[in-house]
Amino acid sequence: MEKALKKSAPIFVLPTLIAFIIGFIVPFGQGLYLSFCKFTTVNNAEWVGLSNYKAALTDASFGRSFVFTVLFAVVSILTINVIAFGLAVLLTQKIKGTNIFRTVFFMPNLIGGIVLGYIWQILINCVLTLVEKPLLALNSTAGYWGLIILMCWQQIGYMMIIYIAGLQNVPDSLIEAAEIDGANKWQALLKVKIPMVMSSITVCVFLTLTNSFKLFDQNLALTGGDPNHSTEMMALNIYQTFYARAGALWKGYGQAKAVIFCILVISIALFQLKATRSKEVQQ
Amino acid sequence: MKNVKRLFALGMATALAVGTLTGCGSDNNNTNNAGNGSESTAADNKENENTAAGGSVYYLNFKPEQDEQWQALAKTYTEQTGTKVTVVTAASGNYETTLMSEMGKSGAPTLFQVNGPVGLANWKDYCYDLSGTAVFNELTSEDYALKDGDSVAGIAYVIESYGLICNKTLLNEAGYSVDDIKSFADLKKVAEDITARSSELGFSAFTSAGMDGSSDWRFKTHLANLPIYFEYKEDGIGSTDAIKGTYLDAYRAIWDLYVNNSTCAGKDLAAKTGDDSRNEFLNKQAVFFQNGSWEYANLVGEDKFTDDDLAMIPIYIGVGDEANQGLCTGTENYWCVNKDADPADIQATLDFLYWCVTSEEGTSSMADDMGFVIPFKNAKESANLFVQQDREYTAEGKTPVSWNFTTMPSEEWKNGVGSALTAYAADETDANWDAVVSAFVDGWATEYQLANQQ
Repeated sequence: MEKALKKSAPIFVLPTLIAFIIGFIVPFGQGLYLSFCKFTTVNNAEWVGLSNYKAALTDASFGRSFVFTVLFAVVSILTINVIAFGLAVLLTQKIKGTNIFRTVFFMPNLIGGIVLGYIWQILINCVLTLVEKPLLALNSTAGYWGLIILMCWQQIGYMMIIYIAGLQNVPDSLIEAAEIDGANKWQALLKVKIPMVMSSITVCVFLTLTNSFKLFDQNLALTGGDPNHSTEMMALNIYQTFYARAGALWKGYGQAKAVIFCILVISIALFQLKATRSKEVQQ
Repeated sequence: MKNVKRLFALGMATALAVGTLTGCGSDNNNTNNAGNGSESTAADNKENENTAAGGSVYYLNFKPEQDEQWQALAKTYTEQTGTKVTVVTAASGNYETTLMSEMGKSGAPTLFQVNGPVGLANWKDYCYDLSGTAVFNELTSEDYALKDGDSVAGIAYVIESYGLICNKTLLNEAGYSVDDIKSFADLKKVAEDITARSSELGFSAFTSAGMDGSSDWRFKTHLANLPIYFEYKEDGIGSTDAIKGTYLDAYRAIWDLYVNNSTCAGKDLAAKTGDDSRNEFLNKQAVFFQNGSWEYANLVGEDKFTDDDLAMIPIYIGVGDEANQGLCTGTENYWCVNKDADPADIQATLDFLYWCVTSEEGTSSMADDMGFVIPFKNAKESANLFVQQDREYTAEGKTPVSWNFTTMPSEEWKNGVGSALTAYAADETDANWDAVVSAFVDGWATEYQLANQQ
């Protein structure tokens, strides 16, 4: 049986493998190559060596957008995960209507980023008008907190579901044993539940981290980088590099930035996975 | 734990599926449109003997509002000649991105468009030299050709005008007529008088000068054209690597007028959209609405205005010979033919263009259905009121203001000016205006250099 499986394995793997090569490996390789070129379309690239990377790394706006992205990521990862975990704990208690609450909290996740961005732009601008503060287009502080509120609103429900699944998997016997040993509710949460759901935490932190770094739609729709690029995150900065100025040169710069961005996100995510995984316990 | 992994896998699978589906979405669009073209091919295979060359045309259209008409025109052409014409329209605001990806494919567009000298910088390596072609010879003036050195890279196919669209009925209610406004001073007097009496009249002078992305081009690009035009004219140049900003005080004066005599407070402009502005005009909340001849279809019709209600007057900024100033008339739509296309396809494209601008069907479709004024000898008169007005102004001996915003160094420059204008509108201080001047003048030099470095 196993032999037969091994024999025919390539047949089953092949379709996905081909799709993966065409859809991912080839464009990725091409993208890498293009980051060393100046080009208008992908076919007429002219090799220019490392100059794109030099330009990308010395571009002050890229650095600024990196700082803004990091500030955003730190705060949004913390708020999303803390609130999502709190809700998950609440909604795994034996109270009435938990299913309705779970559905309600999950729903914002079903709306696309651009739509959410515009809806929140209207909402936040309304509030800013009422309190007589400058509107989003002129107010980078409001833009920053607006993005955080928007992302929390969108992602908390999703993370909450993952935490709920994790919490439900904590065996009752463990909690009972802890209670018999004299642990109060708080201690049971900190010393038993959290270590037991560490794998959920790994997943959620990974998702929020990569989402925050890659954030584009919401950023484009809510603030568009206004005022003066001060709320521009890295993905939007790359997009602007591509399209804000005419000429083949800028495409190469954008491409180099995109490669740097990709390496950065991968390495941060790998580091995070390693750090949180080491805290996971075997059941 | 199993559950968590399962959920995670589910999440990943959804993400994948969503990714694939969105991919399909955009593809579908193209195939749909391509389908329109091939639908007609089935019919014309019979007639295929007529086409000697056997080339085909693929037009990547820039104007979404005219998509239907282009599809119909393409179909007519295919029926008549047997040449397959595919028209694909890029979504609004996505032309550059669509063009970039389409040009990278096999079967790239044979016909595309650029918006002027700056847009041409991206695509000049792809432009077939149109000099001496039949369609080029049909142009009423060589000024409508976009040149790259000696070669003709593009030809303008539609001439548009913009200015201040007035609601004549409201203007009469306020006790004025269009003829009372012949200069910036007149405009200022009328606008400020309307503002002073706005609660009694029930309307304002100007619609909101919204600085949302859907509307800010009216001011950071179109209005900014005026100081640039007068500066170029004074210096006798057609483009520059460093603008001096000679007439920025006039730019400030007209912008102040827009902001202070508007339907809303200056600090709210940051969020006002193009639709807001149009709706205010349609709802008779304001007399003046800065926009162009392309707005005509949105303003005239059932439950809207008739030609008698409307007029377009020049945007006076208090500079130059105002008595002889016309509307801002020009183009930022140039047809380019892809020189890397198959020679038979290039020929087919040139034939198609020639047919569009000379044949009865082509010219009537462009004039009546699309509402274009085309700069070709066989052009039909357009029913568009604003276009007719532009012709009347010119006939009276007024000089149209040319479109110089095609020489603005980059999108980034426009965004910088727009951002500064928005901040100034919210708080009209000298310091904030200095930021506009700096974005305008210093930004121009910086951006010119950045956009033209080798």
